[in-house]
Amino acid sequence: MFGSGIIRGLGVTLKRTVTTFTDDVKRVPSRYINSIDTPAGKILQQPPEVQGLFTIQYPEEKRQLPENFRFIPMLVYEEETGKQRCTACGICSKVCPSQCIWIVRDQTKEGKPIPRPKEFYIDASICMSCGLCAEFCPFDSIKMNHDYELAVYDRFPSLILDLEELSVPTSYYAALYPAAWQEEQEAKRIKEERKRARAKKAAEAKAKKAAAAKAKGETKAEAKPRPKPRPRKEQKDEGADAS
Amino acid sequence: MAEETVAVKSLPYADAVPGAVLDADEHSVIVDRDKLVDFALYLRNEEGYDFLSSLHAVDYLGYPGRTAEDRFEVVYVLFNTKKGGDELMMKVRLPEDDPELPSVILVWPGADLQEREAWDLFGIKFKGHPRLRRILLWEGFHGHPMRKDWKEAYYEADHKPFKSRWPEGHYRWSEDRAPWGDNVNYPRGWDPTKFTPPAPPVPKIHERPVPEGGEKIETDVIVVNMGPQHPSTHGVFRMIAALDGETVVGLEPEMGYLHRNHEKIGERNTWIMNIPFTDRLDYLSSMSNNLGYVLAVEKMLGDKARPPERAEYLRVIMAELTRIQNHLWTIGFLLNDLGAFFTPALYTIEERELILDLFEAASGSRMMCNYMRFGGVRRDVTDDWLKTARELAFNRLPRKVDEFDRYLTKSEIVMERTIGVGHLSAEDAIATSMSGPMLRGSGVPYDVRKARPYSIYDRFDWDIVTNDGCDVYARYLVRLGEVRQSIRIVQQALEQIPEGPIMNKKPAYSFRVPKGDAYAAVEAPKGELGFYIVSDGGDNPWRYHVRAPSYINLTSLEHMSIGYKVADLIVILGAIDIVLGETDR
Repeated sequence: MFGSGIIRGLGVTLKRTVTTFTDDVKRVPSRYINSIDTPAGKILQQPPEVQGLFTIQYPEEKRQLPENFRFIPMLVYEEETGKQRCTACGICSKVCPSQCIWIVRDQTKEGKPIPRPKEFYIDASICMSCGLCAEFCPFDSIKMNHDYELAVYDRFPSLILDLEELSVPTSYYAALYPAAWQEEQEAKRIKEERKRARAKKAAEAKAKKAAAAKAKGETKAEAKPRPKPRPRKEQKDEGADAS
Repeated sequence: MAEETVAVKSLPYADAVPGAVLDADEHSVIVDRDKLVDFALYLRNEEGYDFLSSLHAVDYLGYPGRTAEDRFEVVYVLFNTKKGGDELMMKVRLPEDDPELPSVILVWPGADLQEREAWDLFGIKFKGHPRLRRILLWEGFHGHPMRKDWKEAYYEADHKPFKSRWPEGHYRWSEDRAPWGDNVNYPRGWDPTKFTPPAPPVPKIHERPVPEGGEKIETDVIVVNMGPQHPSTHGVFRMIAALDGETVVGLEPEMGYLHRNHEKIGERNTWIMNIPFTDRLDYLSSMSNNLGYVLAVEKMLGDKARPPERAEYLRVIMAELTRIQNHLWTIGFLLNDLGAFFTPALYTIEERELILDLFEAASGSRMMCNYMRFGGVRRDVTDDWLKTARELAFNRLPRKVDEFDRYLTKSEIVMERTIGVGHLSAEDAIATSMSGPMLRGSGVPYDVRKARPYSIYDRFDWDIVTNDGCDVYARYLVRLGEVRQSIRIVQQALEQIPEGPIMNKKPAYSFRVPKGDAYAAVEAPKGELGFYIVSDGGDNPWRYHVRAPSYINLTSLEHMSIGYKVADLIVILGAIDIVLGETDR
C-alpha cells in the first residue's frame, strides 16, 4: 500500500511514547527505579530492561557512575593523621603517557629526601584520564576522581591542580570506591592480624626461650631487648613533619 | 664463487626472479630495489599474494647494526586472500642519500595512499607514482617528520618519561618552551615575504560517457569542496569533487586535518603508554585498537606473555561488543546520510549506550577504554556485569537488531538510494586493499578472524558474512549480518567464560621487548587493523606503525564515486565508515 511505511514509522514513535510513559508510571522496570534523590537532583541507573526513553535530564538528573569510573586523579590522605599516603616515589609521573604529573620531593634542611611530596601538580588540561597512575601506585595514594564537572574560564592556572586541590581524605575515597575500600581495609586487617600473630608467636617463642634459659640457669645477653631501628625512623619523620 | 651459488640457491624464490631476493628469514624477504616490480608481479601472479595489506617505511638511523647504506627500509606486508595463511613481509633497503624505489601502484593499486604517506612522513620517493604529493601534512611543510633526526617544536627528549617531571618537577607550560608559543618549526633562513603558498590540489577529470543515441553536450566542470567542515564527512575530511551537472567526474580526497603524528608520539612513548593512545585512533572502537596493539607486542614478547583463559574470553567479549556498537553507529549514521535525520540513528545509539555502560563498568571509561594489558586485561568483571551482558546478548540486542532489520532493510527509500550505488567489484576491492565490511560487501569471504585466527576465535561457531551486491546496500547488509554474528560469539563466550586470573603476572610499568619486528592484525569493526612494531630491545618502540583501515579504505573512494550523483557521494563515504582519528592519525 502506498504510504504504509510512513504509518508503520509513526507507529514506532507512538509505541515509544506510550512505553516511556507507562515505564515511568509503573516504575518497574524503569529508569527511575533505584534512583537516588540528592539536593542537586536525581541520580539514575539505566538497566538494560528499560523500555522507552533514554534521555537523562542533565544537570537536574545524572547517571549513576560505576565504581571504576575514572576522570582526573586525586591524592588520598589519611583522615585521622592528616598524613599524605604519597611518598613521592615518582612512578605515576614515570608511567603517565601525557607526562602531565610534576612532583617535587620534600627534603630536610640538610638536603636529605623525605618520602613525601613537597609539590605535586597535575595538568588537568592535558591529562588523558587513562588511569595508569592509579593502576601502578604502590601506596594506594593516587586514585581516579569521579568529579567530571571541571569547566573553568581559563586554562592557566585553574587547570593546573596542585597538592592542595588534589588532596582528598580517605572518607571521600571510601564513599567513591566502596568495594575497593572494603578490599583495602580487609587486606590491611589481614596484614595487621598476621603481624600481631607474628609478634605473639615471637613473644611466645621468646618467653619459651627465656624460660628454657632460666631453667638452664643462663641469664645472659639474650634477655636484653634488641634495639629496634624502625620506631626511631618514624620519630624522625614526625619531627620533620613538625618542622 | 661456489660458496656464493650455494647461498643464493637456499634463498626462496631464487629461480623465479634471479637476483631479486637478497636475504630472507621466516616471514620476510629482502628484495633488491631494481627488481622490485618484477618480483612483486611474480608474487601477485604466481604465488597468489594479491592483497597488499600494509606498506610502510622504517628509519633505522642509529639502530644497532645499521649504516647509512641501509638507513631506510620499506616494508610490504602481503597476504593471500584465497588461501589465507600468515603474512609475507617484503622489505626493500634504501641508502640515506638516495631513498628512491619504483612504485608498485600498478601491481597493487592499494599502494596509492600508503606510498604517499611514506613520501610525506619519510621522504622516500616512489618512482612512477602518478601523484606523489604529501597527504597527511600540507604541501608547504618543512621536512619529513617520521625521520629520526626530525624534532618536533616541543621536543624535550627522545623517550618518555621526561626527566623534568620527577623528582624535581617544576611545572613548565609547554607553550613557553617553543618560540611564539606556536607548535611550529620554521626552517632556517625562512622568509615569510618570499613565501608563496602551494597550489591547491585539483582532481583528475574522468571522461563522462555519452549515453547511447545521445550527443555530447559541451558543459563546464564545477569544482565543489565538500568539507572539511561538513556534517556528512563524519569529521574533518575534505572531498574536492569535480561535477558535471550533478554527476561526479573527478574526486580528490584531502585528509590530515586531525593529524598529530600518532606514530612519532608512539616512538617517544614507552610500550605501555601506547595503550591509551591507541584508544584515540578509532575512538568508536577503542577495545579493538587495544587488542591489536597488545597482540603485536605479545607476539614479540613470546609465549611468556600469553594471557590466561579468562582474559582471553574477556578480550573476545569486549572486541565483539565493540563491533556491535560500532556497526550500530554506522548503520544509524548511514541512514542519517540518506536523509533520515537522526531518528534511526538515535534508536541505534540507545543500544550502543547500553554496551558503553558495560565498557564503563569494566574499564572505567565509555570510549577511551584502555582495557587490554600485555598478558591479560586491566580489571576483572563482576557477576553483576556478566548478568547485564547476558541480558543484552541473549535478550535485548537480538530483539533490537531484528527491529532495525524489519524497519530499515526493506524500506523503499533505503533501497532506492543504496542499491547499485558505489559499485566496487571483488577484484577492485582486493586490488585496492579494501578490508572489513567493504571487502565482504564485494563478495570476498575474507576475515582476519578466520584467515589467521588470533586470540581464541577458532573456538567459536560463527560465519563470515558476505554479500555479492558490491554496493552500499550490500555493505549495509554485511554490517547488519556481522552484528548478528558478533552477538552469537558473545553469547558463546559468555556461556563458556571460566573463572580464573586475568593477568599472567603482576603488570609492570616498564619493561623491555626483545629486538626484532612483528606485524599483528585484528579484524577491527572497520577492517584489518594492523600494528607493525620494531624494537631495538629497549623500553620504547623503535617504530610503531598503524595499518589504519579507515585510511586505506579511502583508496577506492575516487573509483567508487565516479559517475554517481553528488548526493550519492555522501552515502558512499558513509558506507566506508571512516573515523578521522584513525584516518589522519
